[in-house]
Amino acid sequence: MEKVNVGSRILGANEQYAMKNIELLAQRKQLCLNMISSPGSGKTTILVRTISDLKGQLRIGVIEGDLQTDIDAQRIRATQAPAIQINTEGACHLSARQVYEALGRLPLDALDAIVIENVGNLVCPAAFELGETGKIVVLSVAEGDDKPVKYPGIFAKSRALLVNKIDLLRGALVEFDLDRVKADARRLNKSIEIFPVCAKSGEGMQNWYDWLGAQVRQSRL
Amino acid sequence: MHEAAVAQGLIEAILCEAEKQGGRPIRARMSCGTLNAVNDEVVRFAFEAIAEGTVCEGMTLEIEHKPLQAKCRTCGGTYIVTLSDARCPRCAGTDFELLPDAPLVLDEIEFEKE
Repeated sequence: MEKVNVGSRILGANEQYAMKNIELLAQRKQLCLNMISSPGSGKTTILVRTISDLKGQLRIGVIEGDLQTDIDAQRIRATQAPAIQINTEGACHLSARQVYEALGRLPLDALDAIVIENVGNLVCPAAFELGETGKIVVLSVAEGDDKPVKYPGIFAKSRALLVNKIDLLRGALVEFDLDRVKADARRLNKSIEIFPVCAKSGEGMQNWYDWLGAQVRQSRL
Repeated sequence: MHEAAVAQGLIEAILCEAEKQGGRPIRARMSCGTLNAVNDEVVRFAFEAIAEGTVCEGMTLEIEHKPLQAKCRTCGGTYIVTLSDARCPRCAGTDFELLPDAPLVLDEIEFEKE
């Protein structure tokens, strides 16, 4: 028997590509956000609304991750913004290599910011660094207000939380305590910015746009 | 099931080391942090499935979970944090900063050599 100390990173191959992405984005001083949520929280609707409302002010390119189909990329392209669809064909998260290849296919010179819409999943995508500038998490009110405590990893790692579909709170269509979500998310992550929004009506979106604009300016420094 | 990617990375690293060492790997020890949410049972299941037909088949896998640490902004102390109740055990402060989570690392392999 012989014991050998190894000490190698298990996700080393992913981390190497994440590092390439970090270098590329730093060199270009470009903001790249990794957007993570459960399926159906409204990530694509938020992006479509954001791109349309900020037309002429902020040029956003999107990398879409889904198991199957290019439905999301088509929705983004309908706004005239460039979108690259990645189909993971079963994998529950995007890898840094897939993002590296997608970045190479986006017209980066014509963009102010890149958003990676990760595969809908609150667990696995949080474990894979893509070399992004920062993570943002979306939670829709219909999913329940216990998600920050049940899935703490992603809330602890994100720069911002968008609480979507707040129109459902009126008329008590769903039971959801927004104050509880804010308190639980801030307990995990003191500096997380929280934006209650309704991407469908546009309610609350301006605060998110202001923050996004500030993030783009920060990346350019 | 990000554990499948973890198991895949683990086996690739073991195979690479086995080639250098020239023996049969029989046991490996890996470690991980808290936020990467690695479930032992799922990693083992994926490991066994991917190891089939390679020299890793039948290996024992030990998984060490390293606790997440936080630095209290009130008293400055460092402590092991539980996310369900993250208060500082020293001063009960709730203003803290999570320290970097431990990465996924293949720490040690035991080889059987003839």
